[in-house]
Amino acid sequence: MSRNTWKFHGGIHPPQNKQQSVSASIRQLPLPDKLILPLQQHIGAPGKVLVSVGDRVLKGQLLAQAKGFVSANLHAPSSGTVIDISDQPVQHPSGLPGKCIVIETDGKEQWCEIHPIDDYRQMDATQLLATINNAGIVGMGGAGFPSHVKIGTQQTISTLILNAVECEPYITSDDLLMRERAAEIIEGLQILAFILNPKEILVGIEDNKPEAIAAMRRAAQESTEANPGAPCAVTIVSVPTIYPSGGEKQIIQILTGKEVPSGGLPSDLGIVCHNTGTVHAIRNAVIEGKPLISRITTMTGNLVTDPGNIEVLLGTPVSHLLQHTRTSANQIHRLIMGGPMMGFSMRSTEIPIVKTSNCIIAADDQEFPDAPPEQPCIRCGACAEVCPAKLLPQQLFFYSKSKEIDKAKHYNLMDCIECGACSFVCPSQIPLVQYFRFGKGEVRKSKIETDKSDRARMRFEAHQERLEKEAAAKEEKRQQRAAANALKKEKQAKAKLEKEAAEAANPSTAASTAQESSNEPSNNDADEALETLKSNATKASKRYQQAKKALQMAEKNGADNIDKLREKILQLETKASDAKKALKEALPSPAKKIPAKSDATPNNTPKETDTSAVIAAATARVKVKKAQNALMAAEASDASQEVLEHLSTNLNTARTELEQHAPSEPTTGEAQ
Amino acid sequence: MAFISVTSPHSHRANSTAGVMQQLLLATLPGVLALFWFFGWGILVQITLSVITAVLCEAGILYLRKKPIAFYLKDYSAVVTAVLLALAIPPIAPWWIVVIGTSFAMVFAKHLYGGLGSNPFNPAMVGYAFLLISFPLQMTTWLPSEGNFGASTGVENTLQLIFSSSPADDASNYDAFSGATPLDELKTQLDLDQSTDILQQQDVFKGFIAGAGWDWVNVAFLIGGCFLIWRKIISWHIPVGFLAGLGILAAAFSLYQPAQYASPLFHWFGGGCMLGAFFIATDPVSAATSDKGRFIYGFLIGLLIYIIRTFGGYPDAVAFAVLLLNLAAPTIDYYTQPRSYGHDKPNRGTAKKDS
Ligand code: SF4
Ligand code: SF4
Repeated sequence: MSRNTWKFHGGIHPPQNKQQSVSASIRQLPLPDKLILPLQQHIGAPGKVLVSVGDRVLKGQLLAQAKGFVSANLHAPSSGTVIDISDQPVQHPSGLPGKCIVIETDGKEQWCEIHPIDDYRQMDATQLLATINNAGIVGMGGAGFPSHVKIGTQQTISTLILNAVECEPYITSDDLLMRERAAEIIEGLQILAFILNPKEILVGIEDNKPEAIAAMRRAAQESTEANPGAPCAVTIVSVPTIYPSGGEKQIIQILTGKEVPSGGLPSDLGIVCHNTGTVHAIRNAVIEGKPLISRITTMTGNLVTDPGNIEVLLGTPVSHLLQHTRTSANQIHRLIMGGPMMGFSMRSTEIPIVKTSNCIIAADDQEFPDAPPEQPCIRCGACAEVCPAKLLPQQLFFYSKSKEIDKAKHYNLMDCIECGACSFVCPSQIPLVQYFRFGKGEVRKSKIETDKSDRARMRFEAHQERLEKEAAAKEEKRQQRAAANALKKEKQAKAKLEKEAAEAANPSTAASTAQESSNEPSNNDADEALETLKSNATKASKRYQQAKKALQMAEKNGADNIDKLREKILQLETKASDAKKALKEALPSPAKKIPAKSDATPNNTPKETDTSAVIAAATARVKVKKAQNALMAAEASDASQEVLEHLSTNLNTARTELEQHAPSEPTTGEAQ
Repeated sequence: MAFISVTSPHSHRANSTAGVMQQLLLATLPGVLALFWFFGWGILVQITLSVITAVLCEAGILYLRKKPIAFYLKDYSAVVTAVLLALAIPPIAPWWIVVIGTSFAMVFAKHLYGGLGSNPFNPAMVGYAFLLISFPLQMTTWLPSEGNFGASTGVENTLQLIFSSSPADDASNYDAFSGATPLDELKTQLDLDQSTDILQQQDVFKGFIAGAGWDWVNVAFLIGGCFLIWRKIISWHIPVGFLAGLGILAAAFSLYQPAQYASPLFHWFGGGCMLGAFFIATDPVSAATSDKGRFIYGFLIGLLIYIIRTFGGYPDAVAFAVLLLNLAAPTIDYYTQPRSYGHDKPNRGTAKKDS
């Protein structure tokens, strides 16, 4: 039965303080009058409310439905009436209230229709997964990650781990659960094994819980005997007592010697890890068909007269618990939800128990005195010695404090599991974890900022695309118009030719008229084109000057999103070359078409028109280049987004104008 | 009912920076006693002077910086700096030496950089180096060791020696008592082409390893150092690296030319070696910070000490070696980041954008 275990780096041995709450068995409390159910009891999106004020609800009825993949359902813990759906004080580090459904209980405990599954082995994995999903089960050890997401992994799982370490001082809820309901936990593990089909099931329990270890071993033994055909046996591993061995990453390292890659998930290693309470809830959901509506919570602290573990309905206000454990609430110095190492201090006793509330500690100022004032870090390295993530907290502290986010990230700030071991040992009483939470927040913030500007860039690109499409549509219309024009003029020319042929009696006049008629209009047209091009050119250069000025302003104000601007530059470059291409396409067309026509009008090749068209085209080309250069100059010097947007619209209009003139030239040529 | 919100963890190990410093002071006791035994009352006078100066300086500067004086004085860091500096100063050095040195250490090396935790250099060693450069004569004149807690020189004589001299005096009035340390002597004699064997016969070297009294002083500091490691006040990495660096070079040279170069034992138990290894180089504020970094840091100090002792201009070199490595500590830190959980390899060098 003894299995090799590995060690993780560091760790501490805080005073256990578990004995206070293990002597009594798990008990229930009278039904509270009111249940307050926060919509957000898990990591991920809050659910969508399905009930409204005044509705009567039954025990187990779905109140809020999971929204999105990482989300969880919420059910009514007891029957009664919905009396309020509003913001209430909840346990959140920010101290902000959260949206809650408040139920006034009617004391009838009337269940809604439930669907127990007699033999889960007859079901397929997807059905079971849906059952677990519907039951609203989340990781009950503290993080509250929706369980079906973990179980529904697409990766092949070789090891299923039950994290029954419970390394935080004071907390004994898993301990008691294992002592009293070991068989049900093993059953839950078998269900998970049925879904995941792992090669082994490991249960890690700290060696300070001999009763729980014995109970689990017995239950595992019985289960193997009862189901000889079970997919795989459960191995109970007793692991050394050291904080934070119950961290998911740490228990994985202890039991398998493997490290979850930074930024990765245990499933990357073929491992799925669940907490005791969670597995028990999964068992209840499948075997009894009951959603997650209650949990075991440890009530302890030296102000609690009747400490112990309580099976409490979700939504029960903590004041109800304090009252029924005879706690001298007026002496409370600190009220903590969770353990002393990672728990949060509560602001109010009206805060409700949620899916992740494993412990409530009501302590006076003897038990948890206020920390003495922070002293300077003396770089003693005590913190680095105990850090289970093998970080250098003293460096992280320094960089978090000075907001040097890049450096903090370089020292792997994001790998900190916020276990508090470093703060615990720091001789200068520095609240290191607080700094790290802050630092992590800063890192996330800067990431959100990046994401935001990414989104802005995408919006901008979409906008550009739309503009391009519009321009293309316009261009097409214009070309159609031009073609129609050309047809018309061709017809006119033909008619003219026929007329000339008819007037053959006076060929010289005819020729001169022809020449005049061909020269004059073409010259006029070319002049006009040149005029417009010239004015366009001045316009472009004016715009260039404007852009330059705007750019200088932008530079002065310090535009900072360089990367995005660069991308924009690329984009605009392609657009500019597109414009060039369009122009080029426009250019040879008169050359092609003119000779074709000149066949029809012998000796009358409109040379001047041709050259004027070429000149016009050249001017246009120069103009495009100028505009392009202006843009590129602006882009290269990291102008702000606004300036660039402005410039690019300018370019687009300029380009459109240019294109309008370029294809108009052939028509002039064809006029012969 | 509303409570103030405090972040986790809610319990702390009962240890404090003051506690760390107090244990450090406790650990210097054997060394202080040994110095007292061999060199007389001077050392106690120096420590007293130094501590008084340091506390006054600290209080004055805290007042100027508008910081709570009592709160910061209670961390004992000023006292530690003072004691370490006093231990390195010749016991009969005139009073103004230690006063100047301590004030310089507190004002320039500590508070101008922002106080405890922010000083890049070990303040005690900055003070020492400053004194050694400014007053080389007074800083290298030691009484010959005698034993019996300075009975032969006597309290009065010692006090007179220390307090009668002013910066204007020349050193002649204590010439009669003074002598060089074994390390000095070794250097001078070796420069005169004496061999180490012959030197061992001479008076000043008549201790069991490295000169009269000095070996015992070093043994005493070694004992204090082991106490610190046992109490987990310091980790073993710096002292072991230090002694290894010094020992390896000494062994290599003395194996190559035993007559020319002193043995590792002589270097380990001579001069301020053990004081340096366990008390000076281990000052956490100015040292490298990861375990690996600390070993490298100590090792390099050891190497430097041997080089300066053997080839440099100063007979003992702890201060300069430590200061030089203080300078290198941040760089060492950059390249000795441990491999964090879940990472294939440790990060190296400085932070890059988007790394
Ligand atoms: S334990 Fe505290 S004082 Fe020591 S290095 Fe870490 S942060 Fe600094
Ligand atoms: S809180 Fe973070 S830095 Fe501190 S010991 Fe835990 S993992 Fe390491």
